[in-house]
Amino acid sequence: MSRLLEFAKPKLAFAVSLLAVFHGAVLFAGFFAPYDFAAQDRDLPFAPPTAVHFEDAQGRWHARPFVRAFADDPANPAGYIVDPGAEYPVHFFVKGTSYKVLGVFTLDTHLFGVDDPGRIFLMGTDSLGRDQFSRFLFGGQLSLLAGTLAALLSVSLGIVIGGAAGYFGGWLDDLLMRGGELFLALPWLYLLFAVRAALPLHVSQAQVFLLLVAVVGLVGWARPARLIRGVVLSAKERDFVTAARGFGASHGYLFRRHILPGANGVILTQLALLIPQYILAEVTLTFLGLGVGEPMASWGTLLSSLQQYYVLSTYWWMFLPAVLLVPLFLAYYTAADAVQERVKSVAV
Amino acid sequence: MSKARYRRRPALVCCAVLLSVCAAAFASGPPTSEDLAVTDAPPGRMGGGLSVALRSEPKTLNPVLAEDDPSRDVIRCLNADLIHINRETLKTEPALATSWAISPDGKQYLVHLRHGVRFSDGQPFNADDVVFSFELYLDEKLHSPQRDLLVVGDKPMAVQKVDDYTVRFSLTEPYAAAERLFDGLAILPRHSLEGAYREGKFPEAWSVSASPDQFAGLGPFRLKQYVPGQRVVLEKNPFYWKQDKAGNRLPYLAQLQFLFVANEDAQVIRFEDGDTDVLSRFSAENFAVLEKQQATKGYHVADLGAGLEYNFLFFNLNNLSGKAKPEISAKQAWFNDLRFRQAVSIAIDRAGIVRLVYSGRATPLWDQVTPGNKLWVNQDIPHPARSLDQAKGLLKSAGFGWKADGSLVDPHGTPVEFTIVTNASNVQRTKMAAIIEDDLGHLGMNVHVVPLEFRAMVDRLLNTYDYEAAIMGIASGDVDPTNEMNVWVSDGETHLWNLAGKPSTPWEAEMDKLMQQQEVTLDFAKRKKLYDRVQEIVSQNLPVICLASPNILVAARDRVGNFRPAILDPYVLWNVEELYLR
Repeated sequence: MSRLLEFAKPKLAFAVSLLAVFHGAVLFAGFFAPYDFAAQDRDLPFAPPTAVHFEDAQGRWHARPFVRAFADDPANPAGYIVDPGAEYPVHFFVKGTSYKVLGVFTLDTHLFGVDDPGRIFLMGTDSLGRDQFSRFLFGGQLSLLAGTLAALLSVSLGIVIGGAAGYFGGWLDDLLMRGGELFLALPWLYLLFAVRAALPLHVSQAQVFLLLVAVVGLVGWARPARLIRGVVLSAKERDFVTAARGFGASHGYLFRRHILPGANGVILTQLALLIPQYILAEVTLTFLGLGVGEPMASWGTLLSSLQQYYVLSTYWWMFLPAVLLVPLFLAYYTAADAVQERVKSVAV
Repeated sequence: MSKARYRRRPALVCCAVLLSVCAAAFASGPPTSEDLAVTDAPPGRMGGGLSVALRSEPKTLNPVLAEDDPSRDVIRCLNADLIHINRETLKTEPALATSWAISPDGKQYLVHLRHGVRFSDGQPFNADDVVFSFELYLDEKLHSPQRDLLVVGDKPMAVQKVDDYTVRFSLTEPYAAAERLFDGLAILPRHSLEGAYREGKFPEAWSVSASPDQFAGLGPFRLKQYVPGQRVVLEKNPFYWKQDKAGNRLPYLAQLQFLFVANEDAQVIRFEDGDTDVLSRFSAENFAVLEKQQATKGYHVADLGAGLEYNFLFFNLNNLSGKAKPEISAKQAWFNDLRFRQAVSIAIDRAGIVRLVYSGRATPLWDQVTPGNKLWVNQDIPHPARSLDQAKGLLKSAGFGWKADGSLVDPHGTPVEFTIVTNASNVQRTKMAAIIEDDLGHLGMNVHVVPLEFRAMVDRLLNTYDYEAAIMGIASGDVDPTNEMNVWVSDGETHLWNLAGKPSTPWEAEMDKLMQQQEVTLDFAKRKKLYDRVQEIVSQNLPVICLASPNILVAARDRVGNFRPAILDPYVLWNVEELYLR
């Protein structure tokens, strides 16, 4: 019961519900996104976020929100303006392009949408006139899962290798840690070129996904391994460990019961740090032809457009994906923090 | 037919490409012992310094060995050539040579040198320096990138001193663009380099770490200081051989400074902040950023219209027998069908590419010669509008059909699916690929875009042939079609779509003949007719499907006088000796 109460702490509850909202929206991206992630509206590149109105031009208030359409700018043939006359009400549960949920069910109902030629771009459009909001949701499917799995992979490898090195010490410690240093020193860029060259030209989405997880996860184990080794090294000299060993505890029991709990904090912090880092790692991989290519969306590709000066200085809505990721990552840290505290209190 | 005879290999452009020096239009100088050239630009004010950004540090300041753009940018301010291409008229004009005569058979050039010219260290210049310079360029052991240009018809050109101010160049066969060859070939001082050359130490001479007093050139500036990792500073050459109409010896600027600024965005920001005075090679988006503030920040931007770069989509038409690539060879049945390529071409939204990729600052293309190349463009090439219906008709006539879900299948019922590779570092080309993928999707084709690292892509295109379609760009350093020999002659190294080394189709054989003919035809009108036909063949047979040519965009501070940007590289510094500060 006390554990449940602990879970009800407001900070943690808030973080967990935020994570639930994010993951839910991403999981059912097709339903929440009004458009397909690849649909281009070539007349509307870099359109600002669509304003949703309740009050019309005559000052009347409407219960159903509406948006105004874009029209050609008479002053600038390449540009466009918001047409104050045309109003398109926002409809809910509309039929649109079909999408798959959980890779199985094909549906075509979207939470909201407007009739053509009206457009609703909650987060504006990118350089090809694609809805950023839809791309953000679809992109999360790939990035969240790949980032999390890759982080789990690195940390698990780190626990096994770093744990073994710290616990057993001696020549094994030397071997594993020098190996880890070698790993840190390897020129990964060239190794990735070689990986790309060995792959067929077209890599399917599932393969891209596994590749991302494998490459990012395998490359990153050395740092968590070093940290965990350090924690294990200090923990195994503690009196209660020595005492347990004196009572004849086995290696497995000692490690599981007495040493690993001390490393929980490190492990959780590492996870919370690595997930955002790995989501960004995908930008580099895409650059090398190993990540998701056009027109697929991922958070990495959404953020990479911010590397261009003109985007930074001209189109503020291109920051919105980054702005949304801040509370998400914060929620991860908070959750990790709270769980760590709880684990500590339980352990004591 | 040697590959080596082609002048100035068109480079596969990753970001941008370039060539050549600086000059202006001339009248003949006053009859003094020192024969100065007179420029026709309005006289400016003496003194002051100008700053320009370079994308990276020059690798060398040795004109014989330099291959990278930053090195050439600096070198062309330190040196001069015999005959120069005027960047405004695109035609040749006298530089260190005051006149030249061509023998009736077109094989001999008798070049008369300017009298009384001195190097930046005060030593006189004469025919010995010219003969020595060409000895260096032609020395096989030095591997000069310019050597290939000087090998015409399998044999290097012979260079012979007639008297102190006359040199004879002999070719084994006539060469239409021979005058243009001399552009950018710096004339070097025999007195300061011969010692190093005879001792076999030339490759180390004039490196970036050499002290400034070892350099001597004929350009408007001379080296003052090289600060590794930061900048290279040039100062006025007091012996320069040009003057303005008022009789002032050029250049006007006392100092010219190149700052090393690693990427385009950083260069734009440094320019905005006033750290640099002129700017070129930046994107249309950055142009828009700069344009907004030009009224308040004391600079102006200019769109010069189409340059020479053309971007295109092409299919792998290489003969893959013996390459063990069954998947790609199976798809080549489609790629080799002209109707398939025509359908792809007419389905592509070129206007969309211009608008979305280049913010409207580009020209849609249907063949390889851009409207920027005023001398050679064929105005009769048709510009068919985008039509999905016509594309579908073409596919139907070629035996393709559609399944119930709208996807395209070939006559054997195989779904049409292929990949387009392009270099990931080029944002523009990746965007083009995304647009084309969407366009072809409307025809039921399942296209995948595969962005690759530049070298990995080039390896696939040129060596392993492991690709299906690709988007690339080519930018020549000069307007003359001889520059494009490598692309359009079937044994050319950049004959990207099919590197068999011999023509595979009657139209490729015809292109070979036309290109070889234009190379040895001396009459411009006749050459133009031959090259017009090449453009026609390209637009009809679509070995490459041309997409768009970006405009040349430049910017300069308002205080820079005589700023006359050009569409040929170096866009803003070609008349650096005439630039001045108001």
